Amino acid sequence: MDSNLLQIRISGFGGQGVVMMGYVLGKAASVFESKNATLSQSYGPESRGGASACDILISTEEIDYPKVVKPDILVVLSQDAYNTYGRKRPDDCIFIIEKELIELADDEIGKKIFSIPATRLAEELGRKIVMNMVMLGFMSAVSNCASSEALQKAISTSVPKGTEQLNLKAFETGFEFGLKEIQAVQEKIE
Amino acid sequence: MAKRGPVLTGEHFLLGDFACAEGALASGCRFFAGYPITPSTEVAERMAERLPEVGGIYIQMEDEIASATAILGAAWAGAKSMTATSGPGFSLMMEAFGLAILTETPTVIINVQRAGPSTGLPTMVGQGDMMQVRWGSHGPYEIIALVPESAQECFDLTIKAFNLSERYRVPVFVMTDEEIGHLTEKVVIPPPEKIEIWERKLPTVPPEKFKTYQTNGDLVPPMAHAGSDYRVFFESLTHDERGYPVMKADAHQKLVKRLVDKIVLNRHKIIEYEEKYTNDAEIIVLSYGISARVSKRAVRMARERGLKVGMFRLITAWPFPDERVHELSKFVKGFVVPEINMGQMVKEVQRVATDNCQIQLVPHAGGDIHEPEDILEAIYQVHDGKAPRRGDLLLAM
Repeated sequence: MDSNLLQIRISGFGGQGVVMMGYVLGKAASVFESKNATLSQSYGPESRGGASACDILISTEEIDYPKVVKPDILVVLSQDAYNTYGRKRPDDCIFIIEKELIELADDEIGKKIFSIPATRLAEELGRKIVMNMVMLGFMSAVSNCASSEALQKAISTSVPKGTEQLNLKAFETGFEFGLKEIQAVQEKIE
Repeated sequence: MAKRGPVLTGEHFLLGDFACAEGALASGCRFFAGYPITPSTEVAERMAERLPEVGGIYIQMEDEIASATAILGAAWAGAKSMTATSGPGFSLMMEAFGLAILTETPTVIINVQRAGPSTGLPTMVGQGDMMQVRWGSHGPYEIIALVPESAQECFDLTIKAFNLSERYRVPVFVMTDEEIGHLTEKVVIPPPEKIEIWERKLPTVPPEKFKTYQTNGDLVPPMAHAGSDYRVFFESLTHDERGYPVMKADAHQKLVKRLVDKIVLNRHKIIEYEEKYTNDAEIIVLSYGISARVSKRAVRMARERGLKVGMFRLITAWPFPDERVHELSKFVKGFVVPEINMGQMVKEVQRVATDNCQIQLVPHAGGDIHEPEDILEAIYQVHDGKAPRRGDLLLAM
């Protein structure tokens, strides 16, 4: 196996911007950090509403098989996604959830889980649609997925013209929440 | 949005289907006719968005038959032209491909393969058109088919497809698949001056001396364009060098032989493949497209387990690299051939490897890609001497 390979799965429902998150992350890693990255997505009727998921692989080496076998980072943004992917996650994976959209099972108590009310924070910024960028900022703070500099560049060059500032603000909001969350999770574990 | 030029020099994180479109634009393609069909639709979408920016024409036709004939007409009028399709759309285009072959029309077809037969699994991957592209139109002929394994190659091989089609005046097919077409990856687009473009050979004789298919001893005639000072005659019946119909077997023999020879005799200039670890390999995984990506993971896993396994990736599926595969067959225990169909390119491996070694097909009906473990298991089959040789398959019948 490629020891540098980072396997990331993001899952939620159609309209949450799951694939856009994956796109920005892949672009940050490949174009702005000069690594290799692949993005593949669930495709078909499900991308018109129901469940939505994407796999992002990042490596300094050439990426062969483009699917996530064992996620290093798993992001779930809906109850369905939690039930489908969250419950089967490997113990050592960085697990990130949308706090107010997911009811965790009882056996999750005491486990290391990074959670953020990303939808509410986005609403407070004025547009629910930037929830994905809040989530991305949070991801960037609590994991090694990509540097926040690269992600910010990727956001600026990917979102619709005129919405750059809002999206970057959303990213920043998530990032700052993430820095506090790391502390909180550490204290909880200790 | 600001107008962009035809070559988007720089590094992009780009969908495979979009990369095919960008390769076409960088090659000088300025005419696209198509009928959207999953999973090729993004090629059409991108062309619809981009062609007007570079002064080209995008036409959404009433169906695939019309799309395929429209790109021939555009080529005859002097344009570099392309269409993209999938599944049933490719079947519908077959007759027009024969017309392109007989009239020696340079054009490019992107086939983003999905799982068939029929409408099958419209949104899911397949590699089941590999023989259809070779034999699907009626009559004896040769075509060129390239298979990208990444978004970067979607860009690079679309350019190569245009170059080959212009040089050999033949339809050239980019046989990608749903998985690669829908994979987003880094694509580096060089500056225009770093992209090699082969242009169509134009007539050098004055118009009154020109004959549509006069080859002057070459295998490929120069091409004059409809609407120019040259009189042209594009005829789907068997024709002489003027382009006039000749209903005779000897004229047919002469014409078809040249159409076949221009590809077969130039195959060494056309064929491209990738080899990895084949120097010391005892077993070689031979594959293409997305299945080659999965195979590379399996080869890596096998090497980690101490097995001497190499990789042979078809970049040109047609013409098939007979000589090299035959050569390798003399030195290896066997080939493992994963493909997302029930066994198509493996038949070429059987043909050229003869009884020299074992050949283990790893079939998949489509709808998903292989898992690397499926291929690893087949590698062990060959390693343990349990895979069949061609003769064994005949005996089993």
